[in-house]
Amino acid sequence: MAQTNRLALGGDIDRTKPVNFTFNGHHMQGYAGDTLASALIANGVRIVGRSFKYHRPRGIMAAGTEEANALVQLETGARTLANQQATRVELYEGLSATSINCWPSPDFDLMSINSWFHRLMPAGFYYKTFMWPVSGWKYYEHIIRRAAGLGKSPVEPDPDQYDHMHVHCDVLVVGGGASGISAALAAGRTGARVILVDESKDFGGQLLNEQYTINNKSASRWIEDALAELSTMEDVTVLKRTTAFGYYDHNYAGLLETRTDILTDGGDKTRQRLWHVRTKRCVLATGALERPLIFSDNDRPGVMLASAVRTYIQRYGVKPGNKAVIFTNNDDAYRTALALKEAAVKVAAIIDTRPVPDGELPTQAIAAGIEIIDNATITGVNGGRGVKSVEVMSLNAAADGVMGVARTILCDLVASSGGWNPVIHLHSHSGGKAKFDQARGIFIASETLQASECIGAANGDFLLGDCLNEGFRAGKEAASKAGFKKASRRKIPIAEHIVEHPLRLIWALPSTKSIGERGKHFLDLQHDVTAADVQLAAREGYASVEHTKRYTTLGMATDQGKTGNIPGMAVLAQALGVDNPGDVGTTTFRPPYTPVTLGAFAGRNVGVLTDPVRMTPMHHWHELAACKWEDVGQWKRPWYYPKQGESMQDAVNRECLAARNAVGILDASTLGKIDIQGPDAAEFLNRIYTNAWSKLAIGKCRYGLMLKEDGMIFDDGVTTRLGENHYLMTTTTSNAASVLGWLEEWLQTEWPDLKVYCNSVTEAWATLSICGPNARALLSEFTDDIDLTPDALPFMGMKEGTVGGIPARVFRISFTGECSFEINVPASYGLALWTQLMVAGEKYGITPYGTETMHVLRAEKGYIIVGQETDGTVMPQDLGMDWILSKKKDFIGRRSFTRPDSQRTERKKLVGLLPVNPNDILEEGGQVVAEKGDHRPIPMIGHVTSSYYSANLGRSFALAMISNGTERIGDRVYVPMDGKTITCEVTAPIFFDSEGTRLHG
Amino acid sequence: MLLIPCPWCGERDEPEFHHGGEAHIKRPLEPDQSTDEEWAEYIFMRTNPKGVFLERWVHQSGCRRWFNLARNTATNEIIGAYKMGEKPPISTIANKQKTATVSNKKPKGVK
Repeated sequence: MAQTNRLALGGDIDRTKPVNFTFNGHHMQGYAGDTLASALIANGVRIVGRSFKYHRPRGIMAAGTEEANALVQLETGARTLANQQATRVELYEGLSATSINCWPSPDFDLMSINSWFHRLMPAGFYYKTFMWPVSGWKYYEHIIRRAAGLGKSPVEPDPDQYDHMHVHCDVLVVGGGASGISAALAAGRTGARVILVDESKDFGGQLLNEQYTINNKSASRWIEDALAELSTMEDVTVLKRTTAFGYYDHNYAGLLETRTDILTDGGDKTRQRLWHVRTKRCVLATGALERPLIFSDNDRPGVMLASAVRTYIQRYGVKPGNKAVIFTNNDDAYRTALALKEAAVKVAAIIDTRPVPDGELPTQAIAAGIEIIDNATITGVNGGRGVKSVEVMSLNAAADGVMGVARTILCDLVASSGGWNPVIHLHSHSGGKAKFDQARGIFIASETLQASECIGAANGDFLLGDCLNEGFRAGKEAASKAGFKKASRRKIPIAEHIVEHPLRLIWALPSTKSIGERGKHFLDLQHDVTAADVQLAAREGYASVEHTKRYTTLGMATDQGKTGNIPGMAVLAQALGVDNPGDVGTTTFRPPYTPVTLGAFAGRNVGVLTDPVRMTPMHHWHELAACKWEDVGQWKRPWYYPKQGESMQDAVNRECLAARNAVGILDASTLGKIDIQGPDAAEFLNRIYTNAWSKLAIGKCRYGLMLKEDGMIFDDGVTTRLGENHYLMTTTTSNAASVLGWLEEWLQTEWPDLKVYCNSVTEAWATLSICGPNARALLSEFTDDIDLTPDALPFMGMKEGTVGGIPARVFRISFTGECSFEINVPASYGLALWTQLMVAGEKYGITPYGTETMHVLRAEKGYIIVGQETDGTVMPQDLGMDWILSKKKDFIGRRSFTRPDSQRTERKKLVGLLPVNPNDILEEGGQVVAEKGDHRPIPMIGHVTSSYYSANLGRSFALAMISNGTERIGDRVYVPMDGKTITCEVTAPIFFDSEGTRLHG
Repeated sequence: MLLIPCPWCGERDEPEFHHGGEAHIKRPLEPDQSTDEEWAEYIFMRTNPKGVFLERWVHQSGCRRWFNLARNTATNEIIGAYKMGEKPPISTIANKQKTATVSNKKPKGVK
């Protein structure tokens, strides 16, 4: 395909550098400097995709971020990018793009049959149709999703790198057009730290698309000089291809910088960079976006924004059509007529909705011999696959209907302009309000919550001279408010501009029949929302623009309604009989301004860097032993150690038997350890824990329960008194950080009078827990200064000394019900001691066991795990732990025991469950019911909290929380599971050594 | 993202902090003497104003100190931070509240 629509001259492209690309498999050529959109236009491509709902053919309608139709899937495989606007994709060698939302091709699309059924698909169609019956959605959904699908996400991991930058600055200037460049210059000259960003590859904004002079030289020369000056300023950062996608509280902005295109191997360069900017002041010079006129069938390929047509001709040297009609309500679009004329493209007529267009630009157009049809509108666009002609009629006096005879004008391009909307998105992101300016027909920024200001076109000042003035004033003022008051004698640049006459606001232009009856007046091209849809929503009672938006999906597509929102609000206001569109409210713009890839948000935090991994000192040994891992919070804990050919159950059975019959060893280093010191430490523990601590002797340990003020269990663990004013608290692995926070909170906020200091020492110690009948014999080989006999070191005792020559604390505490020693040594000795114990323990049958075996052994003893048996609604009484509740003192949560809810007799209580068939293993989380049967509903009386097969018991068993459970001991209950219902007997929650002889042995 | 003035460390980004709910909730000195209603008021009931709110924060990834903050929930404007046990900056808040009521007025036409 040749570049049939490329102009011989003009444009900021390099005709000596051809660039090859493919579109829907067709090989094409553009030039360096093209966007994908301008290259497609050059190659005569008119239909680039299909619309979302009706699958109508669509063409390129804009030249920038406001493009609603030309979405493409860029590249394939791992680097594919969905829903890219062709107008924002810079052309590069080898680019490959395909249309989305059409099948099999944009030229012939099977789903376009939807167009014929449009009367059956009104606003709220999905809500009205597919929500009944409720169960039907799962059948409809996948069909609808396929029919409506936009682009596809890659399924492979992203091969590219992304990174983040965190910076502070004095003045952030968003937008590198005339206003933004002026502001950056003025601010930079004061010595302030300035960041200037623009989303395009070139600075200049609208100046790039027009032919202005500034200070008697061309605008491009002025831009060049300004950038050269900025580059000499040490504290000024200028970022191109960088979008300020969000502006947040306290002057925090998110910028996305594109650094390489997709196919270039950037080497060390990251593909994109996310900038986190905290600025003192922000100047929003984000410009304006042209809005289309809303007329019948305004979505045909070939209907474009007037400014876009001008941009394609003047910046890219391509003509989007051969015979144009300009349709406008303002003077600015006349520039497009003049530009077309200069590029030798025929202009059939300018249709102006205003009765007497007599400004300077219309006068120029008349002088150029262009026909102007005033007080008129387009009532229809002919040509489903591309504009062939338009019907034009005169407006009646009220401008709500047409009169006279329709005139058909042959053309293949309609350049439409309904005025310009200031881009106040960033202002709105950060909580700024907007007000409607009736005279100019625009929403402009009113109150802001940030240290920011919208200037230039973003504030509705569209004339070049005003933009330059405002930019200089705002830049200087922002720097001054940030503390940089250095004066500059440089003069504000002078530019000539043509004064324009006011526009005429008619939001939905009438046709020969009422709106919706003939053709479609599209507001939101990407989501196929029409003026008739918004009017229907108003008739159905939607009065708020926020509700209407959600009901009709107006402005909810990937372009977020950059062209459609404002006309949509105006149409709603009209339908509701409200004069001022500002009175129906404005929708709040939300970040991101343009889509941001997830890779950019993730930055370097991918793969192994996603989350920190915490490893115990013995990690390497476990790894060599080929254990299976369990993730507990950020910790890696050995789950079980399978031997050759063993299943998980085989390994756990072996480990369980060894721990009870020989000696087992567990890496318990992950348990939280908090060092607590101070003269009031005992009093503090009295208040934090449910039991009494004042009389605990030095060298003794005690189990404690921590509650929240509502009386529910929060954590448990053993605390040991190491000295007069010195305790070591242990917590559950996953709660270690929250327990430390909890202690600090009470000490700082409620009891600042207590002299107590807490410090996390979790990672300072390695904890090796050995248990079983041979544990004492093994350990006695390693120590001669600690008397391990039961009298000298009884259950819940602690001794300090040396183990294997290493300074150690040995605790007689047990989570398995066996005689057990927890050896704490400084973390760096952990691996050495573990290795020695394994060697010496061989003759005793030492067996390392993991968390699964630990869970089974503790459940056999009925020991709870916080977070497994408890879930934030469980009180100590529910677990039969009344024994641990002191009656002589107050503690956190105690008062809540007498709350009415705590007194309910039907509260769930901890019990044991024995399946009648000893080989049935219940599912944890399974619901317990009291009766068997098919009648519904069956009242649920509780749930299974822990369930295992026990090699020591030779059968399955479980723990459960069951309503009024203690009263049900001996009863039968039922647990319905997938496929069958398991019958169980309710027992006391202890299954092994209920007298505790082994524990104390 | 908020910029929070820790009274100990100065201004820091919000992710360094953890929110601790409404400030100045007093734990009954004699819990046993409080009625069920009073106790429920203490553990469950919190205000949720549109406007200035006194709230607790902890500089979790910093100095780990708790402090109070006066913040306008409608605008996120921070009126001031003050240490535990100190009185809220009443006069500043009163001034800010006056301006806040004006700017929080609903635009007409919004239902």
